[in-house]
Amino acid sequence: MLSFWETLTKNSDLFIPGFLSTIYLFIIAAIGSLVLGTALAAMRVSPVPAMRAFGASYVNVIRNTPLTLVFVFLVFATPKLDVAFPSTFGQNGFFTIAYSALTIYTSAFVCEVVRSGVNTVSPGQSEAARAIGMTFGQVLGLIVMPQAFRAIVPPLSSVMIALLKNTTIAGGFSVLESAAIRQNISERGGDQIHTILWTLIFFLILITPLVALQRAMERRWAVSR
Amino acid sequence: MSVVLYDIPGPRARLRNRAIGVAAALAIVALIWYVIDRFYDTGQFEYIKWAQFEFRSVQLELLNGLLATLKAFGLGAVLALLFGAIFATGRLSDHLYFRAPSNIVVELFRAIPLLILMFLFYYGSRQLGYGIPALWAVVLGLTLYNGSVLAEIFRAGILAVARGQSEAAYAIGLRKTQVMTLVLLPQAVRSMLPSIVSQMVVLLKDTALGFIITYPELLYVGRQIGNRLAFGVPQVPVLLVVATVYIAMCALLSWFAHWLERRMREGARKKGIPVVEIATDEVTGVVQAGPTGIAAAK
Repeated sequence: MLSFWETLTKNSDLFIPGFLSTIYLFIIAAIGSLVLGTALAAMRVSPVPAMRAFGASYVNVIRNTPLTLVFVFLVFATPKLDVAFPSTFGQNGFFTIAYSALTIYTSAFVCEVVRSGVNTVSPGQSEAARAIGMTFGQVLGLIVMPQAFRAIVPPLSSVMIALLKNTTIAGGFSVLESAAIRQNISERGGDQIHTILWTLIFFLILITPLVALQRAMERRWAVSR
Repeated sequence: MSVVLYDIPGPRARLRNRAIGVAAALAIVALIWYVIDRFYDTGQFEYIKWAQFEFRSVQLELLNGLLATLKAFGLGAVLALLFGAIFATGRLSDHLYFRAPSNIVVELFRAIPLLILMFLFYYGSRQLGYGIPALWAVVLGLTLYNGSVLAEIFRAGILAVARGQSEAAYAIGLRKTQVMTLVLLPQAVRSMLPSIVSQMVVLLKDTALGFIITYPELLYVGRQIGNRLAFGVPQVPVLLVVATVYIAMCALLSWFAHWLERRMREGARKKGIPVVEIATDEVTGVVQAGPTGIAAAK
């Protein structure tokens, strides 16, 4: 038990930046995918066929692609296309690739959540809004979205929980985050099982409140329409 | 689309929409043009980069990779269904000493990142001196995670069958096992099927995580083929091929799930049966069930 504790304290120079970088990845990719996903959802409900087609094909392709494949493509194929990812947020290019891949992947799911949330609002609402002369933007922004919100937030929080878990994949692609700590500690001759268990505990600590929050929201907003 | 967010456009709106449409189409074309231009400039369309696919040995390599992916998928799917069935039964049990551990297991494995689970089996077993093969590390990880999600789908499906069904079954003197197997399960399976198939898509996609723990599945093999110097390091062509295979397989399964869902809803509408619809979140496997279709059935 003592050595289990020591694995954490002796390697805190790896654990702290690793865990922090997981949290940074999560926050950046969460904001990115919310913006991109909402934009895609707006495209999918817009009156312009070209935008609808683009949104639909984006979602269908990305949803059926493994996230690992997105990572492999960005890490190994883009250099061959002479596309370089700059270092951002004071981290190297791999970090940029990691949050780009997570954003590209997660935004497809955000888009679907937002779109199906919009679909839960009864058509009478937008019809009434149009009858008093509101424009498409006003109908969406003032009438539909505020009502769709409570249908969106619970599933959206599950998408975000999945995103948090998916950040571990970045550890396999040269980003020092929580899943990559194991490799670094094994190179030092440290205990791998202890490291993996600490990583597990870290995720349970992060995810448990998120899940509890999500359940609470679901119960609170489970109002029949 | 069930919500009509805009009126049938009049002449001015039509003109405006057409202008936006042209601009959007131009932007999309420009994007595609940029990608093709990048491909062309870096010589991705040169013969040498695609020449490998003509060799029988390379085709066999890819095929073996695909088979390894399908093997992990098949084993993972069967074991996850079993695991899910067992733990769903546990969670539905009347006895606390079955219910409590099942609850903990299902909640725990849904919260742990799948990759960390695979690390635990793969590297952990090596440290203990057993050395589980990479295939089984992948399969065990897939089983525990997807099995837990499936357990939730099964439970939600059973719970969503109208209460009157089980009450009536108890009233005519059936035992709990009989109520479950003769009355609830046959009705629940119909509504669960689309969600189960959707979860299989997730499982299939997650086999690609084997890449990280060096399981020689399709992605791993593709990366090896793409690294060959003699063929100009054709990473891009090979990954395009691999991506197409993945997308085709997953799209086929997704389409099957949609088809099942549609069939279920239409079949129920014809017979006027209320349908219980279960929505699973494709990423997290959060399951929500609710009776719908009554309105649709009228």
